[in-house]
Amino acid sequence: MASAVAVRGKEEAGRRERRRIGAKGNFAAAMAVRDVDVDVAAIYPITPQVQIAEKITEYVANGELDAEVVPVEGEHSAMSVVVAAAATGARVFTATSSQGLEYMHEMLYIASGLRQPVVMALATRALSAPINIWNDYSDAFGMRDTGWIMIFSENVQEVYDNIIQAYRIAEHPDVLLPVVVTLDGYILSHTVEPLEPLGREEALRFAPKHPRGYRPVLDPDKPMTFGPVGVPAWYHEIKYQQVRAMRESRRVIEETGKLFGKLYGRSYGFIEEYRMDDAEVAMVSLGATASLVKAAVDRLRREGVKAGMVKIRVLRPFPVDELVKALENVEAVGTLNRAISYGGAFEDPLFMEVAASLASRGILKPMASFIHGMGGRDIFVREVMEMYKKLMEHAKAGRSARRTYFWGVKGHNPDDDQKD
Amino acid sequence: MTESTEPQGVERYLGKKYPRTWDEVPIAGIVPWPGNTEELPKHSWRTIRPVIDQEKCIRCRMCWVYCPDSAIVEVDKEYTNKKGRTFKVSYEVNYDHCKGCGICAFECPVNAIQMVPEER
Amino acid sequence: MEAIKKPIRTVWDIPRHEQFAPGHNMCQGCAAALIMRMLMKVVGKDAIVAMGTGCVEVTTTPFPYTSWRNPWLHLAFENTAAAASGIEAALKALKRKYGIYKDRYVKVVAIAGDGGTFDIGLQALSGMMERGHDVMYVVYDNEAYMNTGIQRSSATPLGAWTTTTPVGKRMRGEPHPKKDIIGIALAHRIPYIATANPAYPTDMMEKFRKAYETRGPSLVHVLSPCTPGWRIRNEHSIHVARLAVLTGMWVQLEIVNGKPRVTVKVRKRKPVKEYLRLQGRFRHLTDEEIQRIQEMVDRYVEEINRWVGEEAIGPVEA
Repeated sequence: MASAVAVRGKEEAGRRERRRIGAKGNFAAAMAVRDVDVDVAAIYPITPQVQIAEKITEYVANGELDAEVVPVEGEHSAMSVVVAAAATGARVFTATSSQGLEYMHEMLYIASGLRQPVVMALATRALSAPINIWNDYSDAFGMRDTGWIMIFSENVQEVYDNIIQAYRIAEHPDVLLPVVVTLDGYILSHTVEPLEPLGREEALRFAPKHPRGYRPVLDPDKPMTFGPVGVPAWYHEIKYQQVRAMRESRRVIEETGKLFGKLYGRSYGFIEEYRMDDAEVAMVSLGATASLVKAAVDRLRREGVKAGMVKIRVLRPFPVDELVKALENVEAVGTLNRAISYGGAFEDPLFMEVAASLASRGILKPMASFIHGMGGRDIFVREVMEMYKKLMEHAKAGRSARRTYFWGVKGHNPDDDQKD
Repeated sequence: MTESTEPQGVERYLGKKYPRTWDEVPIAGIVPWPGNTEELPKHSWRTIRPVIDQEKCIRCRMCWVYCPDSAIVEVDKEYTNKKGRTFKVSYEVNYDHCKGCGICAFECPVNAIQMVPEER
Repeated sequence: MEAIKKPIRTVWDIPRHEQFAPGHNMCQGCAAALIMRMLMKVVGKDAIVAMGTGCVEVTTTPFPYTSWRNPWLHLAFENTAAAASGIEAALKALKRKYGIYKDRYVKVVAIAGDGGTFDIGLQALSGMMERGHDVMYVVYDNEAYMNTGIQRSSATPLGAWTTTTPVGKRMRGEPHPKKDIIGIALAHRIPYIATANPAYPTDMMEKFRKAYETRGPSLVHVLSPCTPGWRIRNEHSIHVARLAVLTGMWVQLEIVNGKPRVTVKVRKRKPVKEYLRLQGRFRHLTDEEIQRIQEMVDRYVEEINRWVGEEAIGPVEA
């Protein structure tokens, strides 16, 4: 169905003066929440997302946002509050990091199982123990099977744009699933970058609100039982419906990203290819780490190495075909991640997805996975270049790495990871 | 844009009463049929059944009040007992919902309810 | 049906309409079923129910069936109060921003068992009460985790057998007295707190009604005899609930803005033995152990009388 709303939006957006400001990732997230006119936000402080909570309450205090802010007593309640509020028909938001995400973990499944269009920002952070407040993707990767659509942001602008799109995707009549938008802890949450916000009017045109009348909600005029006992005779079917919704979300995510590009000049897809046209080796990465890999690609190119990069923007649903298409012509594929799957077939959970994608389409080529930057350890461009070189060795030898390489560990030679 | 996010109505999510296949199940397993356990008879739970003696009954409402299964039904049925006293209401047992707990008989102040064994 | 507006003085003030459907799977003689039936009659159709995991939840909503004629939400075990907070916050925002239900009062009713309230749900309950959400919280207290098969909770009374407080050479049932949930609610200074009991249906319903009328958090703590868990006869559940009051084991309280009152006064108490002896969970108790429970109840009654400023519960009858 063609939408008059979208066309009108395009014309007016074109006429509007674009405002460019400097903002931290946390503020960009809060601004997006303000601009989509959230009705209920549950907040609880945890580093490094806490400024999102502060900023939202500031907006409410100033009258810039008309929302009920529920200052809950813990993240489990934060997710419970927003799921219940969404079930009542409100547009909702919460944000968390690390232990907070783990604390609400049970509720993540309930949000998706109840098909509530909750949107959450996740300032990615390492998990205890030992306690560490700095960035990696352990928390995000820990929720990959919870039934949430997962969108990774590479920069502050993407944080804002992804949250606006998240509402359109989550609340889409064919989807009705929760969406998490990540921003790398500190690296994006606390870094000031240029930001072009859409503003409230435009954001609401892109992600219109329908508090009643389009999806089942808790309503005394039409009483329904939400969250009954999923008896064995029906649980399987209810879960299959959820799978279908996640599959269906692919189309919506794609359309939403394209529409965003058409209207505002910044197009979004499942993946972003960087210098992949003639690439011979490619690294797959995500989040702000992708920026680092891009820098390494540029330097390698100057050295004459045909390096490329593929950034995963949407981790769930995983973009199998897009990724395979991007990687089918390279000689070797690597992954760089900041999350560990202890004891997994490979310790890099991202690699397992990439390898399964390629293998399922009958593509076998030398592959290697790399883990670096756990708990906020800086990854240097030079180190990423070394990883590319290691990947080229595999390409040359025509052999995949047997295990994940751990890079940058003091006193550890990554080659030892390949020994028995 | 090929798809609108404009409301299309709640009905599409509510499935069929009652579903047979996965796509007929209401979204998230919501039950949009309020109070439909009423359709589920519970008589097989019973080993004893309450029988109300309308003559003895003084219409104090206690059996109706205390029944956990709403199985005592208050009906606007006039009854005149042998002593000539007329009552506006009567109490009857809904044997579909009665599980045979015996609270009504135990709480009855005039022993107007007997619990009799179910015979199969 | 609308919520009950007029005081409930006699059983004839109870509406005939059943807002809570029969055909549920609660046990024969289950007091919780009666509590739900009476609660829903009071709050009527304009109430949204948030329910915690537990007996009532699993027995009333086996997909594709439900006993509820109200909008009803179950999320999990420990977050009933948080779910209720979320519904209430959403109703507030939707009313203010979009005028949804602008001319009517939609009440949020949270219902959970003792495990989901005294134990795992205590934090969420504290948050809800402290933040002042307009939620009526009803805890049906069957004094153990009955849904999983009679494991002790912090609401299990002293001496009671459960599957995790067995009776053997070294353990004689529950070693600790019941947690004082009313004291916890009091410490939050919420406007309405009450204890209720299904053997006194008009008193119970009047308390539900007042909790409903309260604007702000309210807590109604209801004793809910459990036939399999307490090892009592099916027909005894109301009788046992009544004996809890007549022996002083359970005092019918109402605390409005911090001011306490006993709503069901007992001139002469019966010995606790009369309450205990009907229940298989107390069968192992020796005369000495019963005496200790009697002394505990005596102290409790004394404390209550001092608190309410009158002899609301009298001495044990000779």
